[in-house]
Amino acid sequence: MPDSTYLDATELVLNMGPQHPSTHGVLRVILKLDGEKVLGTECVIGYLHRGVEKIGENRTYAQFAPYVDRMDYVASVSNGLGYCLAVEKLLGVEVPPRAQAVRVILTELNRIASHLIWLGTHALDVGAITPLFYTMREREEILKIYEKYCGARLTTHAFRIGGLQYELYEGFEQEVRAFCEMFLPKVDEYEELLTGNRIWIARLKNVGVLTAEDCKAYGVTGPMLRASGVEWDLRKAQPYSGYEQYDFKIPTGVNGDSYDRYLVRMEEMRQSVRIIRQALDGLPGGAILGKVPKVIKPPVGEVYVSIEAPKGELGYYLVSDGSTQPYRVRVRPPSFVNLQALDKMCRGALVADVVVIIGTIDIVLGEVDR
Amino acid sequence: MGQFLRRLLLIDLIEGLWVTFRYQRPKHIYTEQYPAERPKVAERYRGAPRLNVNPETGETLCIACNLCALACPENLIVVSSERNEKTRRKELTHFTYDISRCMFCGLCEDACPVDALELTQDFELASYTREGAIWDRQMLEEGPRPTRYPY
Repeated sequence: MPDSTYLDATELVLNMGPQHPSTHGVLRVILKLDGEKVLGTECVIGYLHRGVEKIGENRTYAQFAPYVDRMDYVASVSNGLGYCLAVEKLLGVEVPPRAQAVRVILTELNRIASHLIWLGTHALDVGAITPLFYTMREREEILKIYEKYCGARLTTHAFRIGGLQYELYEGFEQEVRAFCEMFLPKVDEYEELLTGNRIWIARLKNVGVLTAEDCKAYGVTGPMLRASGVEWDLRKAQPYSGYEQYDFKIPTGVNGDSYDRYLVRMEEMRQSVRIIRQALDGLPGGAILGKVPKVIKPPVGEVYVSIEAPKGELGYYLVSDGSTQPYRVRVRPPSFVNLQALDKMCRGALVADVVVIIGTIDIVLGEVDR
Repeated sequence: MGQFLRRLLLIDLIEGLWVTFRYQRPKHIYTEQYPAERPKVAERYRGAPRLNVNPETGETLCIACNLCALACPENLIVVSSERNEKTRRKELTHFTYDISRCMFCGLCEDACPVDALELTQDFELASYTREGAIWDRQMLEEGPRPTRYPY
């Protein structure tokens, strides 16, 4: 008899991805398994590395703006907002109130679109296929608004440094209002499909638990942090682009598991609709582009600006050497930092839970790898 | 007790299925029959580039100022011009635009001072060769000619 047979093989190293449909792109996770139980994980990233930060050093400030859209491509408007705010702070440019309000409307629409993609794909990973079709249908309405406003659906390049390039098109307000009207019942519909569903609850409850201390230790931000009970939202903590004028709640969870993250994100979509409505009600008139010099040449210095992107804190660190091109562009992408907690969440879970946990982090590999 | 009965009678699953069955009517179909019916894209859509000509004289509006080439993040526009000795003005000779590298950001049309370069609503840009994606002045003025298949 041999000393051990394959049935005794307790530890198994398994590659998950990069060509796995549930890793949301090209993430490779090395799993160490004991049967069905996960002993540890290791992420291998970089399959989508395009060197965006290096590209930024070789482009002028205005030229780099289209590239930031391509990092988190499901929330490109938020990326553009963060970059524009950073350059504006470096230049000391004031953005007109009308441009600020329009920016808020578009980024909140983008938050809804991003959360819809997350909801659809996350439910698809867990095995509920129906929500994907419904979420895509509602997202299409948002993309149509983007296409009419700035001419592109995904990689929008909607904002320019100092404000906006395009004035709102005729009928924008009615269309956005109609979308808000239509959208709120749809969120209830998704909840009807999922919130009470026993399979959904069984797959998500107590899976991927992160305590508030864990979140802080890993630097996890966004809905994941809020699901652990920490009321931290940059829109409230350090308001930008006029967010201090709007009245909205920060939804928080209790347990910090996947189910709470789901509830937090659902509530965030409703709060986004509230913000959009308030911004539309108080939409000021006036100019849409601030006083920006023709050639953007910021003074020597460095700046860090972060915004609350749909996935968490999105930060831009720019260093200027006084020329037309940034000396250094560093991006702090929320997905990249949130992905660190994967190992912590996966330990002790089952292989099937890994898929749920990757889905609940809401990563976009374009942003992780940059 | 209520929760127990709900679980026993599979109410949670039936509620979800009821949502699905509400969308069974044909008016909820969202499929587009693409090549047969072409979507109408928005007026501001940023698609294939076009070099505008004066509709009456057929002369190009481009003044060969090279601003679009400078604005382009990918450096894919090449403008060449020569000075007309009679009128003492620059005249456009060649204009190439490599759409295989273009990301349709619209910075070139923003930079154009005479609205000669424009991104249009054409979105069918496929070609069989890489060279086919490099558009010359004639192609930019006349617009793309996508292959239309009878079906």
